[in-house]
Order: sequence, then structure tokens, then C-alpha cells
Amino acid sequence: MIPKVLILTGYGINCDIETQNAFRLAGADAERVHLTDLINRTRKLEDFQILALPGGFSFGDDIASGKVLANMIKYNLGEEIQAFIDEGKLIIGICNGFQAMVKMGLLPAFNDNYASQDVTLTFNDSGKFEDRWVYLKSNQKSKCIFTKGIDSVYLPVRHGEGKFVARNPQVLSGLKKGNHVVFRYVDREGKSAGYPYNPNGSVDNIAGICDETGRVFGMMPHPEAFQHKTNHPRWTREELPEEGAGIAIFRNAVEYAKERL
Amino acid sequence: MGSRIEVIFKKEIRDALGESIKKRITEDLHINVESVRTIEIYTIDASLPPEKLSLLGEKVFTDPVIQNYSDKPLADDFTWLIEAGFRPGVTDNVGATAKRACEDVLKTTLRGVYFSRQYLIRGDIKKEEVERIAGGLIANSLIERWEIISEREWDKEKGISLPLPVVKGKHKPSVSEINLDVSDNELKEISRQRLLALNLSEMKTIRGYFMDKARKDGEDGKERKKLGLSLATDVEIEVLAQTWSEHCKHKIFNSQITYVDEKGTKSINSLFNTFIKRATREIDKPWLVSVFTDNAGVIRFNPEYNLVMKVETHNTPSALDPYGGAITGIVGVNRDPLGTGMGARLIFNTDVFCFASPFYDKPLPPRLFHPKRIFEGVRRGVEHGGNKSGIPTVNGCIVFDDRYLGKPLVYCGTGGIMPSMINGRPSHIKEINPGDLIVMTGGRIGKDGIHGATFSSLELDENSPATAVQIGDPITQKKMMDFLLEARDKGLYNAITDNGAGGLSSSVGEMAQLSAGCIVELEKCPLKYEGLDPWEILLSESQERMTLAVAPDKIDDFLLLARTRDVEATVIGMFTDSGKFHVKFDDRTVAYLDMDFMHQGLPAMKLNARWEIRKFEEPVLGVVDLALTLKNLLSRLNICSKEYVIRQYDHEVQAGSVVKPLTGDGPSDAAVIRPLLGSMEGVVVANGICPRYGDIDTYHMTACAIDEALRNHISVGGSLDHVAGLDNFCWCDPVKSEKTPDGEYKLAQLVRANMALYDYTKAYGVPCISGKDSMKNDYQIGGRKISIPPTVLFSTIGKIEDVRKAVTMDAKTEGDRVYVLGMTKDELGGSEYFASIGFIGNDVPKVDAASARKHYIALEKAILEGLVASCHDCSDGGLGVALAESAFSGELGITIELTKVPVENIKRADTILFSESQSRFVVTVAPDKVKRFEAIMEGNIFADVGVVTAQQNFTVMDGEKVLLSERIDELKRAWQKTLSW
Repeated sequence: MIPKVLILTGYGINCDIETQNAFRLAGADAERVHLTDLINRTRKLEDFQILALPGGFSFGDDIASGKVLANMIKYNLGEEIQAFIDEGKLIIGICNGFQAMVKMGLLPAFNDNYASQDVTLTFNDSGKFEDRWVYLKSNQKSKCIFTKGIDSVYLPVRHGEGKFVARNPQVLSGLKKGNHVVFRYVDREGKSAGYPYNPNGSVDNIAGICDETGRVFGMMPHPEAFQHKTNHPRWTREELPEEGAGIAIFRNAVEYAKERL
Repeated sequence: MGSRIEVIFKKEIRDALGESIKKRITEDLHINVESVRTIEIYTIDASLPPEKLSLLGEKVFTDPVIQNYSDKPLADDFTWLIEAGFRPGVTDNVGATAKRACEDVLKTTLRGVYFSRQYLIRGDIKKEEVERIAGGLIANSLIERWEIISEREWDKEKGISLPLPVVKGKHKPSVSEINLDVSDNELKEISRQRLLALNLSEMKTIRGYFMDKARKDGEDGKERKKLGLSLATDVEIEVLAQTWSEHCKHKIFNSQITYVDEKGTKSINSLFNTFIKRATREIDKPWLVSVFTDNAGVIRFNPEYNLVMKVETHNTPSALDPYGGAITGIVGVNRDPLGTGMGARLIFNTDVFCFASPFYDKPLPPRLFHPKRIFEGVRRGVEHGGNKSGIPTVNGCIVFDDRYLGKPLVYCGTGGIMPSMINGRPSHIKEINPGDLIVMTGGRIGKDGIHGATFSSLELDENSPATAVQIGDPITQKKMMDFLLEARDKGLYNAITDNGAGGLSSSVGEMAQLSAGCIVELEKCPLKYEGLDPWEILLSESQERMTLAVAPDKIDDFLLLARTRDVEATVIGMFTDSGKFHVKFDDRTVAYLDMDFMHQGLPAMKLNARWEIRKFEEPVLGVVDLALTLKNLLSRLNICSKEYVIRQYDHEVQAGSVVKPLTGDGPSDAAVIRPLLGSMEGVVVANGICPRYGDIDTYHMTACAIDEALRNHISVGGSLDHVAGLDNFCWCDPVKSEKTPDGEYKLAQLVRANMALYDYTKAYGVPCISGKDSMKNDYQIGGRKISIPPTVLFSTIGKIEDVRKAVTMDAKTEGDRVYVLGMTKDELGGSEYFASIGFIGNDVPKVDAASARKHYIALEKAILEGLVASCHDCSDGGLGVALAESAFSGELGITIELTKVPVENIKRADTILFSESQSRFVVTVAPDKVKRFEAIMEGNIFADVGVVTAQQNFTVMDGEKVLLSERIDELKRAWQKTLSW
């Protein structure tokens, strides 16, 4: 079975084409579907095994990044999304997709509650949008399906609102205890460090989190932007495999879907 | 009075925007404040009950993790409060999104939602200082208004309220007739008063046309009478002024010029035909697809795909409102490739800005913004326009010269890709049949941007209208772009073009040439608000709109898809073959013009140009500290790192990034991207611009700009056989008049630039495919005139067969040999080195294209064979700067022996290191590849001058003598510090 991936598009989402390509390289049948087609029920979420919310600037980041898109999905497709999760299917949100997911409450979803917002992503401490590559270290205890076998990875961030903040200290400790934290920003040696290694001032250097099942996952950096070695900022001076390291994240999802869904 | 919702960060949450405003108050305005916090205000044009306001506050406006909201004033703990919001009719993107989001939650339609922001300032400052903060940093009085309240005046119960920025449209649309049967002086007055920017000869031609038409006994007169017309209408005059504007018709480029220089007199009939078009025609590359005819140039990428590119300027609007001008510039040029042929998908932006020094410290002339404010506004406008559209800004540059104080230059370029065939027909060809419907899609029409086309043909003065200022809306445009590409692939339209300068008048007028006529019904056009006169609807340059020709049997599918995708699309008329540009409003004819007269009736201008060689003082150079000079040069505005800007632009979206704008923190030469993720073929994008040389001779300035762009293109591995150019001229007024007594010299400068364009594109075999000119970049208020230096931007788009062969500029490995390619001559005229000591000099760099072409081809071959470890072009600051950059970008040292550098009659070390001779590269080669590399370069001017070292110094030797030795981290620091904001 070739897993089918729905790549959401429309309203200012703009990383849909490369996210589609990344899933294709990982062996999936990936299709870009406009949000209006889902809302009109011209297309059905249930026909897919993986849902991807790509990066971009949905609604121009007006009011707050991902907020308006989150409302639109939540109030029009809330039940479909819940059913999708209940069936054990996979969701990944990248950058603006991650922002929308936390604002919908899909992450971290303590106690299986996928409708309550406990964390957010807000303005970078620098006060600027920044495009720079960052080192990520994965939490080996995390149940995240997408990052299985990945210890560390180098990827670009491209955002103005990527600072991860928890509602309160209890939420933060819940994230840690429950191993919701998937990726942390680190320096070249793998140690936690300040700006610019942590590019936005995220609390506890958090760059990506998942739900309790590990099947619903969001991250600020862009794995789909490292699909070929020539994407790497130092590819002309380092020996690198042809395939970009970001693809592994998509392949993990596709392999899981092949085996289980 | 509307309902207000205020949103504030919780106390423990950092207010990054407030902090950055505080930083700029301190750094840019030199006012000390303790803190700045912000509150976001959403004002809903409706009286909503508290429970509905709570619903909106909670669901729409507030992030519960970090914010609180209230329908009561939240401000507290401040010394001064500023609330700033838009003026009526100004595009309010946040307000528009908020309106939509509220409607989704309330399940009802709202009249409007408006955004404003409060700034709570703590600090011991005076009211005048607060005024300066409000008007000088936070808001622009052209488009925004504000209120200031002190802690003492503050009444928490009453709060503050700006009036709702609603356009009050009591005006009843009307058409007026204009009597042109008047004296010449009165004709001039009509042109001046209506901002038509037409000269007397043009006005007389128009008078002649209407006098002839209006003859009661003639056929035309009868026809006009039948339609209810007698005299010319304001709609007709405005349409002609727009169609004939310098902006749209390029009158100076198409004028008849008598040019005199030391060799004699020449007659030139159209610079454009004589120099630009002719070169392209004679070069005749097989991969040229569509040149100079459409909104953008088209070249072949591979058998299945074509590349499209256009570069525009948006200077005057950026002077009036830097943010709005720049965002409109970038989203505006995006619509050019989108409106070329059947429409291209956009794959990159490239932007070049020219500003005065951001550290300018002299008094500012009236109506001008400080260059730092221009810089920041333009940077942010392009950031929002590019990033929010999902188009990578792959490279660009910033040029500094204090003469750009009068007008900043904002060049915005965009490239696209489209399948060469779509639904069985060549994608670069538009076809319109009589009977096809005229459809407008995207945004709505307001009074914004009226007279943009004619206005940009006038200099900036105290009467410059605020309506020329607009704010782009990248999301409305992104939604429209997504929709149009879908419609394109489904074959739902026959032709497409953008609405830019001149609005519908221009877009429909140009498209109607394909069918030979049209009829437009203006009352059908969707408006932002009521009260626009017919000519305003036709001329408005409101953004984010495209005009299409849709066949009647496709119209239902087209409109349905638009509705589904949440994009507005409206049928506003029909293409015909009547030969007439026929415009109606409420069933009444308001314009009835012959298409021939509109497009061919403009008389050519006759101008004189007189060239003279100007001599500048030469410096007397004494003993020079080379290390100090090198560090000074690296810190200069024109050379220093632009990382501050680069990182705020998304240069990697679409995942095709191969050579990024920064390499190991250093400056890359050209951008390489992979537009088709399934292929290894790449697009190379480069720019060349060097206005300083134009002070000496614009001929050589232009030659150098062309060479610089090509050098950059070759440097990363681009092919000289598959690269096209885009010329973009920004000039000061070159027409002699009372205001411009030196017009003949300025026109001669323009002629010489064009001569070079012909000579050098021809010599390199690089055809131009598209271009642009902006001719009135002057500022004149009171007795003060500031003219920009004549500026040519030469941009290139080309191909690299396999991106894996691309080369970057950073030194790679200890032990690699360092080569210099090309001859270094005594050419310090117009150099950064001379500028740093306050001189211009006379020995401007001259390009030897025959010799350069030979080593470009050899270098291309060496790169293709994988022999080149790094390659960096020498430009501003010469060899010294290029070598230093190559070293610190690779975190390695370089040692060279200066006497080995190929030079022509130079004795001085500083001249060798800082001369800006063209066509040169610094190349590093691994020892095992040296033999083959030298064999390929055989017969060219090149030399092995040194070695890459593990020792972290850049060292220049003269035999045993150390001329310069400096740590690379020191050099890098010098390079990075200037703009590290």
C-alpha cells in the first residue's frame, strides 16, 4: 500500500509544493488539497492516512500567526480531524502549520484533549523574522513517529513568531515528563546555547513537540527545505549524502503508515 | 463609533515589538525612554453587545497563553500613550483579515473592522519628543493618524478613540467635459492642474484629435453625438494621459535625439530601438522565446519549461511611504511574470536598493524622510511582500550615495517558470477573440494609486498627492495567484495581464489591441467604497488585480472556481473588433477613443544631448597603512555585510536554494536555485550596478554593470551561452528646461549608457529580454534640487545545467592554490578607495570584453570539470576585499605574493589591491587539479599568486617583506560591524 498524504494548501500556505515533493521522495502518494475543497466536502480527509499542514503565511500572520487558519480548520473540520486522530493516523505541522496546530489545541493535547490551547508560538525575542539554519537534537525518549532513528539534524528556520511558550510551569513540566518535547535547539556540539543557536528565545530550547501518541507532531524548522544536499549551507565544502537529511522525517511517517494504516 | 477590543500581552510575557520600537527611539531619534509596550486595538464598525465582544475577544483576537483582552481601555503605567491607525481608504490588511475572522465566528456580515495600535511609553520626555516619535518613527501622516495622551490627561473610563477610518462617500459619480479649444497656455494649465504630465505638443495633438472628431458634419462627430458625447470627457483625457505617460510609453527612450560629443554629431531615432532591441535582435539566441513584447521577458529553460523575468522600480511611492511603496513594488512586480503569456509560477525575487547613508547627520530638506527610516521601511515592505507571498528573495544589493536622499531607488525583480506548452498551446502567446469577456479578479478598486503612472513622470514636490501611496496586500494576491494557476491549467482563460500603472485603462487598453477593441462597463467594477468618478475607477491603481480575457463558454467555470477559492472575479465588459476603446458608466458612454490614436498617436519628442568630458581632481597618495585601509574599506556601506537585511528575507522557501546570499557569513556572488525539484537543472540570478563610475562616464558605468552581473553569473558556474539580461535605467530628468538647465548633459549620459549597453551585450552575446526606465528621479522644493546619480541596474537570468557543479566564494582547504584571473590596471577612478578619501578621480574601469569573454568561457569550462574549489568576483574594493572575503568566509587564511598579480603599469601596492578593474576573479584550486586548471586557462591573463593557509591570517607579501597581515576574524568583524543592527 502506498500511503496517501494530504498536503493542505490555500490562504497563504506556501510550502505546499516542496512538502509534497518531500513526501513523494519518501515514497508517498502526496496530493495538495485546497482548504476550501475540504470545507465544501468536495474532498474528504478520511481518504488519506497522513495530513500535513505546511509552512507559509496563512492570512498573512494577521492577528497572530496561524490563528485565523486554526479557527477556520477547527470550526469547519474539527470533527474530521478528531476522527482522523482517533483512527491512529498521522499529522505533521511545520512552521505556520505548527503554529496553527498549537492554536487549535492539537498539540500537546494532554489527556487526549485535542481542543484546548496550552502552549503557543509567539514573536521571536529578536523582534525579527529570521532565516537561518539551526542544529536540532531529538529527545530519544519521545514517542514521536516522525523522528525515529534521528539523533540530530541541521535545518533552516524561517519565521518571526517561533518562540515556544507554555501557559504555565505545570504545562512545561507536563511536556517534559510526558516526553512531548521532540526537538530542542542546540549548538554545533549538541549542547544547549543561547541566540542565535536558539533563534527565537523558545523556552527550554523547544523546537518541536508531539502528542501523547507520537502520531501528531509539529516543529518550527523546515525539514522539507533540506531535501537535497545542495540545500545545505555548506554543501560545497562538506561531504554529504545526495538526499537531504530532512527527508528522513517524512520517510518515518510513510513507513509507519505502510505498516500500520 | 464602533466597538473596541483591546489585546495586551500578559505582564510576564516579553513584548518584542515594544522592545524593538524602544531600541529605534534610542538609536534613530536619540530620545531616551525607559520602556515601550504595545496594545493591539480592533475596532468593529458595529455596536456589538458585550457577550459578542467577549466571544470575538476570546476566539479571534487573543492568544490565551500570552495575552489578555478587554472591551474596556487596558492602558496603564505609562507617561505617554500614542495610538496610531490608518486614514480612511488606506489598505488595512490586519483589519481585513480580522473582519473575515469575526464574520466566521459571528456568522454574519460586518461593515468593517479596523486595526490600530497603542504604544505605552515610560520615560521623562516632552510632548515635542513624543510627537517626533509618533510622526518620525511609528506612523506616516500621509496614510496614518494618531492621538497622543499624557498620563495626566488619561481617563481610564473614557479611554481614547480614533475616528473610524471609514470613507464617507457622499460624492455622486459624475463625468465632466473638458473644452480643449483654448489657448496654448490654458492647455498647459489643464495638464498641470489635472496632473496629466503631458507637454504642450502632446496636449495640442490631443486638441487636434478632438477638434477633428467633434466636427459636427463629420462621420465621427455624428457618431459621438449619437453616443451623447461632444467635447472630450475627463475620462478620455485621463486615459490618454495615462497611455501616453512617460511611465507607460517611455517617451524619452523613444525620442529623436541629436547627440553631440567630441567626435561629432549623431542622430538617434529611439534609444530603445537603436541600442537595446537591435542588440537583442542581432544576438538572436535560439533560446529566446518572447522579448520586449509582454509584461516580462521569456527564455527557454529546458524543452518543457520557460523562464520569465521582470525588474521594476517603485521609487517615488517609496519616498512618500517607504513601507507601502516597497511592498507595493514587490507584489506589483510579482504580477508581471504572473501576467506574462498565460501566467508563470513565481520562483524568486531579487531586490536592489539605493539609499543615502543611514548615518546621515545633516538637516533634512522638507518632505524627506531620514535615510534610515527609508531603509527600514523599504526593508520591511519587501520583507512582508516577499515572505508572505512564499517567494524566496534569493539575492540583491544595497548601494549607498547621499544623492539618493532626494529619491531612494527600489528595484524589485521577480522570476517565474511556466510549462512551454499549456493545454496544447504555447504558453507565451496570448490570444483574444472578439466576444471574449473582460474579467477583473483579485482586489477591489479604491482611490488609491490614482495618477501613479503620470505622477511617477513628475518630480517629487510639495504637491505630490497622497493618493499615489498604497499598501500591498500579499495574501489577497497569493490567493489570487493560486487560483489563477489552477484556472490556467484548466484552460479557463485566453489571456491575462496585470493591473499596475494606469489600472484598467492600461491593462484593458493594451489587451484590447489583440482583438482590436473593447467595451467596458465601469459600474460593474467592484469598489472598495462608493463615490468614485468613472475616470477614477478606470485609472485607479489599486493593487492585487489581474485582467483576463475569458471565452463566453468558459465563464461559468471560471467564476465558479474563483468563488470556490474565495477570490473575487467580475465580468466588466467585452473585447470587440470595433477599433474603439469604448467605456460606459450606467449605460452612458463616457469614453470613445480610437485604439490607433491611443497607441500610435503620440508624437515623438525631439531632444538634444551634448556630451562633455568632465575632469576631477586626482588625490596625491602618500604612504598608506594597507591593513587599516583594507579594514576601512570592508566597513564601508557599499562593501559591508548586509546580513541584517538578508536574514529577514526568506531566501529558501520552495526548497530549491543552492547558492544562498550568504556563504559562511560571506557575500555570495550570484544566486543559484533549482526551480523544478525533480531536476538538477538550475537558474542563476545576478545583478550589476555601479553608479559611482557614472560620475566620470556613464558609458563605462554601464559596461561595468553588465560585466559585474556576468562576472557574478560565471563565478557560481553559470553558462555564458545561456544567460539573458534585463536593463533598468533610473535617471534624473534629462530633458533641458528651466528646472533642468543641464538636461543636455544628462541626456548625453543616457545616450552613452545605451551605447555601452549595445556594445557590451553584443560583445558578450548576452541579449536583453526586458527592461524598464524611470526618468524623473529628482527632488525639488524651494531652491533645493537633489538629483540621483544616473543609475543602471543590469540583472541577469541564466542557466546552470547541473546545480551540483555550482561553486561558492569561500576558500575551501588549506594548501589550495590561489589564482587571480584578469588584468589589474590603474583604475581607481570612481572606486570605493578613492571615495573613502574623498576623491572621484578620472581613471574609471574600462571593460575589455574580448579578453574577458575568453577567460569567462575558460573559467566556465574549469568549473564544469570540477577543478575550481572557490571563485569570487572582484568588484567594490578590488582584489584586497575579494581575497579577504574569500578567506574569512572559509575560516581559512590566505597568503599572496603581490608581485605575482598580473598588472599593467602599476607600482603602488594600494593600487594593485584596491583598483576596481573589471572582469577579474579570485579562484582557489586544489593542488592535484592545478595542472589541468592551468591548461584550461592557458592563453588567458591569470597567475598563481599564493596559497590558502590554516593559519588564520590574510597576508600580502612583497618578496620577504610583509605588506599586510591581518587576522581574518578582525577582517570579518570590520566587514560585519557597520550594519549589525
